[in-house]
Amino acid sequence: MNTQVDQVSSTRGSVPAAAMTFLRDLFIRVGVLPFFLVAALVFFTLASHNFLTVQNITNVARQSVYLVLVALGQMLALVTGGFDLSVGTTIAITSVVSATVMVFVAGAYPDAAWAAVSLGLLAGLAAALAIGVVNGVGIARFGVSPFIMTLGVQSVGAGIALFITGGVPIGDLPNEFGDFFGFGSIAGIPVPVLIAILAAVVMWVLMNRTRTGARLYAVGGNIKAANLSGINTGRVLFLAYALCALLASVAGILLTARVESGETNLGGTIALESIAACVIAGVSLRGGIGRVESVVIGGFFIVLVENGMNILQIGSYMQMVLLGALLILAVVIDQFRYKLLVGEH
Amino acid sequence: MTSSDMPLVEMTGICKEFPGVKALDGVDFTLMPGEVHVLFGENGAGKSTLISILAGVYQPTSGHFRINGRDARFPSVKEARAAGVCAVFQEFSLVPTMSVAQNLFLGSELLSGPFVDHGRARREAEKLFGELGFSIDVGAPVAALSRAQQQMVEIAKAFHAKARILILDEPTASLTERETAMLFRFIGEARAAGVGIVYISHRMHEFAAIANRITVLRDGKLVRTVDAAATSESELIELMTGRSIDRIYPDIDLASAPETVMKVRGLEGPGVHGVSFDIRKGEVLGIAGLVGSGKSRAFRTLFGLSGTVAGTVVLDGHDVTGATPETLIARGVFYLPSDRKREGLFLGADARENIALSMLNRPDTRDALGFRSPARLRRLTDDIGRRIDISQAFLNRTVAKLSGGNQQKVLFGKALSVEREIYILDEPTVGVDMGTRAAIYRLIKQMAETGKAVVVISSDLAEVMNLSHRLLVFANGTIAAELAGEAINEQTVLGHFFQGGRLGA
Repeated sequence: MNTQVDQVSSTRGSVPAAAMTFLRDLFIRVGVLPFFLVAALVFFTLASHNFLTVQNITNVARQSVYLVLVALGQMLALVTGGFDLSVGTTIAITSVVSATVMVFVAGAYPDAAWAAVSLGLLAGLAAALAIGVVNGVGIARFGVSPFIMTLGVQSVGAGIALFITGGVPIGDLPNEFGDFFGFGSIAGIPVPVLIAILAAVVMWVLMNRTRTGARLYAVGGNIKAANLSGINTGRVLFLAYALCALLASVAGILLTARVESGETNLGGTIALESIAACVIAGVSLRGGIGRVESVVIGGFFIVLVENGMNILQIGSYMQMVLLGALLILAVVIDQFRYKLLVGEH
Repeated sequence: MTSSDMPLVEMTGICKEFPGVKALDGVDFTLMPGEVHVLFGENGAGKSTLISILAGVYQPTSGHFRINGRDARFPSVKEARAAGVCAVFQEFSLVPTMSVAQNLFLGSELLSGPFVDHGRARREAEKLFGELGFSIDVGAPVAALSRAQQQMVEIAKAFHAKARILILDEPTASLTERETAMLFRFIGEARAAGVGIVYISHRMHEFAAIANRITVLRDGKLVRTVDAAATSESELIELMTGRSIDRIYPDIDLASAPETVMKVRGLEGPGVHGVSFDIRKGEVLGIAGLVGSGKSRAFRTLFGLSGTVAGTVVLDGHDVTGATPETLIARGVFYLPSDRKREGLFLGADARENIALSMLNRPDTRDALGFRSPARLRRLTDDIGRRIDISQAFLNRTVAKLSGGNQQKVLFGKALSVEREIYILDEPTVGVDMGTRAAIYRLIKQMAETGKAVVVISSDLAEVMNLSHRLLVFANGTIAAELAGEAINEQTVLGHFFQGGRLGA
């Protein structure tokens, strides 16, 4: 630690060096996100006049709601030192289960549209929770690695979703559902955005102000130490995957409302995107580190980049290449940051 | 019966078996209120297992224990803590990414309403450290602290939990004298308040200051419980080892004119801040120092296991600075890692295959067509097996199922599988029984007396002092002293441990 003090005192007075120290501290504290965000904004603004407009950025904010919700859930898994590859499947299951129930109830009682919507939502959330419970039990109780557990569950879930629908989208949902959750707004703010804000606030309180949050960080930071401190690590891990599935499920409901049908392909690439959003936002893949507010911006950033690439008419195939490369770059930089943070061991 | 003459802890006939090992075999142990009871024994004697059972980390295979006169069973740490048992382990139970204050209240976070109260946690933490006389920034992440400071946080955590039964596992191993004195003052206060303390340490001179009774364990069995005031250090050593001290360590003849085989100059790497020394043929070079002193890291750096930042390493006239382990092994350097399970052995393979894998480059393991020959490998590994004194049956057994002592012998088998020039042995006898220890010392004697260079890095001061012809004492990533012959004694070595004074906070 003495060396750090030396560095600070020896660089005092020189403005560029002070700026470097500031940037270094910023990097250690929040990660690579501010640098990526500035770079993306500058690049796309220079590349296209249509990018930095109020309308386009508002658009990005609205589109990013779904990814932000899933990334908040993904963050829970990452903070405990694991990850969840089954979030896409969770979205698909939520979509087809809630749509099936809505259509069935609305068919039986055509006058009770809101009852149908409510029952559909509950069924969708319950189905997603079942996925989270399976993940949680496998990982926390039986010690299956999060990679294999969630990879397996993602295949199981995708199969079930296709089996329920036969691969055909479920249409004819009650209009009230799409009108409110897909296109509605309260006081001028779109409903999906309000729900995402609510979720982010709840998550922030959970992670920063509750015992459960402290324990999630502790389990990811050093699971042995957490155990020796009398923390029930199994319960904490279980909770992380259950909550992750519920957050993905909320995104699934909002997406279903947006497309006004129950579909199995809604969750496509969201597992990769949500992990990318988190890692770029400074959530460490080694667990124990991550901030809710950064993850929200991380989700926004990914959608912003996708939006910019669309404006520049970069094809979706090429976008996949760039997104994957961005994730790997972020992980490489994360390794570097972790070393700065924890020191060489 | 008053509470003061009822034992806090009463353990009878405690056994604990791990796959392939009986770690504890019928051990009795009692702890009275206001008593400091030392557990004494070699590495692997069962001290850690015993305190782990008391702290709820392990469950005994058989045997009973009573806490405050009532039968107790701790399925996990949580129940043990609820019963007032609090342990400070050597392996810290701290979360490196969280702050000192957060760590202090981990598992029992302070609340205001339903929410965690970070402000109060900080204030309470500052108050506690103030009372203990430790100066620490409670907002700093634990990862940023020195090892001694982390130790203080661990101890503070135990004091904070208001433990009735406090377990301290080598608490002074990384503390300065001043910090040790402070700790002893608090042990005294806790004792006066009726707290019972189980204290593990190798430093016998500490016992006079604080201990009431000493229980000696050897190879998982209870040797005897003795009164601390009435037992001398040499008696303790004999109880611990089962033989007198001059029969454990062999006399190793020093080559008449030791020739330098490796020159290290100004080596810098992670945790190593410029060290220079020579390694000589036919000589045992001892390396002593506290955990975190860089004694192990210096050699890991020169062996290419972590990046060399500066300096030069010359081996037999060739510059091998920053060379990979592959190159160094090809040039006859062997590194025996301190953690045999994580870095030394292929646990799922049998002992024979483990040894054979170190001979991959020997031409005489291959048949006429250039393929690995099972018959030749069998013959060669049999030879090695005889040298390391391990039976045929054990050679064919999966390494994971061997005892710690036999695993360590297999590791030495890897060392002997090829002719080498330099043996770097990092904690060569960690967690092995007395018999194996003597066998390993004989192997070291053989290596040195046949003209090889041997480096023994060890936290066991007696071991490194008794084996070495020359001794380097590491402190804070540098060499604090180079001692030889008569100058190698405990007082001098300990005196150099804290040089540099960086640990004082």
